[in-house]
Amino acid sequence: MTLKPSFSRAVWAMLVKDLRLEFHTKEMFSALLIFALLVAVAFSFAFDVAPEGLREVFPGMIWVAFFFAGMLALNRSFASEKQNGCLQALMLGPFDRSAIYFAKVIGNLLVMLASEVVLTPLFFIFFDMRLDGSIWLLAAIWLLATFGFIAVGTLLSALAAQARASEILLPIIVFPVITPVVMAAVKSTAGLLLGARLVDYAIWLKLLVAYDLIFLAVPFILFEYLLEV
Amino acid sequence: MPEAKGPARDMTQTLGLLAAVAVFVALGLVFLWVPAERVMGDVQRIFYFHVASAWNAFLAFLVVFVASIAFLRSGSHRWDTLAYCSAEIGVVFTTITLITGPIWARPIWNTWWSWDPRLTTTLILWFIYLAYLVIRSSAEGSQQQSRLAAVFGIIGFVDVPIVFMSTRWWRSIHPTLIQTDKMNMEPSMVFTMVFSFVSFTILYAFLLSYRVRLETLAERAAALKRDLRR
Amino acid sequence: MSQAAPLIEARHLAKRYGERDVLDDVSFTLHQGQCLALFGPNGAGKSTLLKLVAMLIRPSNGELYLDGRRVGEDQDALRRRIGVLSHQSFVYDALSARENLVFYGQLYGLAQPAERADQLLSQVGLDLFAGDPVRTFSRGMIQRLAIARALLHDPDLLLLDEPYTGLDQKAVAMLDDEVDRAKAAGTTIFLISHDFAEGLRAADRAAILYRGRLRYFSDGPVSPEDFAQTYQGLVG
Repeated sequence: MTLKPSFSRAVWAMLVKDLRLEFHTKEMFSALLIFALLVAVAFSFAFDVAPEGLREVFPGMIWVAFFFAGMLALNRSFASEKQNGCLQALMLGPFDRSAIYFAKVIGNLLVMLASEVVLTPLFFIFFDMRLDGSIWLLAAIWLLATFGFIAVGTLLSALAAQARASEILLPIIVFPVITPVVMAAVKSTAGLLLGARLVDYAIWLKLLVAYDLIFLAVPFILFEYLLEV
Repeated sequence: MPEAKGPARDMTQTLGLLAAVAVFVALGLVFLWVPAERVMGDVQRIFYFHVASAWNAFLAFLVVFVASIAFLRSGSHRWDTLAYCSAEIGVVFTTITLITGPIWARPIWNTWWSWDPRLTTTLILWFIYLAYLVIRSSAEGSQQQSRLAAVFGIIGFVDVPIVFMSTRWWRSIHPTLIQTDKMNMEPSMVFTMVFSFVSFTILYAFLLSYRVRLETLAERAAALKRDLRR
Repeated sequence: MSQAAPLIEARHLAKRYGERDVLDDVSFTLHQGQCLALFGPNGAGKSTLLKLVAMLIRPSNGELYLDGRRVGEDQDALRRRIGVLSHQSFVYDALSARENLVFYGQLYGLAQPAERADQLLSQVGLDLFAGDPVRTFSRGMIQRLAIARALLHDPDLLLLDEPYTGLDQKAVAMLDDEVDRAKAAGTTIFLISHDFAEGLRAADRAAILYRGRLRYFSDGPVSPEDFAQTYQGLVG
């Protein structure tokens, strides 16, 4: 796959367009923030335990919150393209169609990471967590896990948008597929926050890297097939 | 194009006969011939069907994977039909696996469900192919929607080994509750297990052949209806 | 009549969806600068044919040649020269008119997308509303923006899929102006329509597609009355 100027130009144009749309509507960002916080509140009632107990479930809880919220946001990802037939207009463009997937992944990733930058400190405050480990390691885990989720989630959100099915379809098809990311994110986060040695949970980080690579490459190839009209 | 009579129908009938005989013999072997396992007792007999179902579910989904790739590349509708039918049967076998597992586990380990790697992966597999069926069943003869299902069939299958490894590592700190490798397997039990597996595979082949014929005829009827409407 | 290679040459094009033949053995040629009007009942395959020419989908059978080149894999250069106007507007409601055009300008690799956008906005009479979000636009205004979008990158081939649907008088007049202007500039036009008078107004050739087959292809311009008779005879 040669990186033709038309490709990178198209990716850039679409990325800017999507970010501008998001900036105007704030659909995805607000969904992410509100829903993740709601989940946090719900969890704090659901697990009515002492603060130490909450800290134990914190890794699982924060990632469940992020991924559920992420699912809602992903539902909107291709919504703007389906309206007014814009997806067809993009397909008519003089560039390789996988650029559409690429631009969407980067756009979704940036929006979700932006929400995590806001949410993570809030979560730490709500549940009285302290970060004893390296913040760079935290950032690495957050980035790898979010990327894996977004890479496969973007493809599946395109699939769900094309399927003309109800909005319930996306969570049904995304959740089974991302279970490795959920597991790896939770385990790495738990390891980091409980002060374990890196070597103890490094395998989960490696899993994230492998998952990210596979589920960037495979959707990249398959995206074309989703688009035929 | 399947006809009322012809080689396709003959193959289905032959497979059906073979499957009936094989499964009947397997039932006999499992319930009458093979000795009870020393530790677990008679309830262990369900294990033969449990494993046979699990492996055939996997085979069915492998077929979905291969057929989905072939469909995307060739565009030929027959691959799509094959994938769809195999997924249906795969879900059935997976369901059987998920039901027989707890039936076996409960009397022995006193728990219905254990989140052990294989069972967990099977559960996720079940969700993935259920999702595949949801996507595919809204297709209504549309090639585009079939293509969506094929894409998901590929993604799902690529994911399965990763899920399996993840669930394995997840439980590595806690001892595996269900140690399936610790069974005392006599030669007769090995034979029974292999025979059950083979008989279920023939059953799968029969069901697939029959279902594909059924689906092809149904689609043909739907297409004729569509033409009449215009 | 131009003696150069035809801009569009279709040879036995066919498109099949599952068990259905939506298009069957469609062959025709269209030369640079000509305007073809295609008619036919619903479900005849008109939009499918247009999508094939737009290279949006691939034929199940047959070959398509654009500007002498066989349409195959690397189609970016050819796509660059095609503009499409559909009954869907292809614009983003949450962005302004100008933002929409600048985006498409960048997508098509225009050297100065902002300037070109402004130029086209005044051409279609939307310069006063350039900064307003599209969701505030009337149907006629949206269609004008869609026209601007289709013409933005100065295409050699303009594909119009029932563009007059649901337009008010003002927008119809605007569209007619743009079609005439494009014709004068030598653009080739492929137009699908239901309205004989509107569709044949600027057409050099007329065609009828029925049940996936090309039943009629005129040698020259046709009057709406004559055409109505032919259509009645073929389609009923």
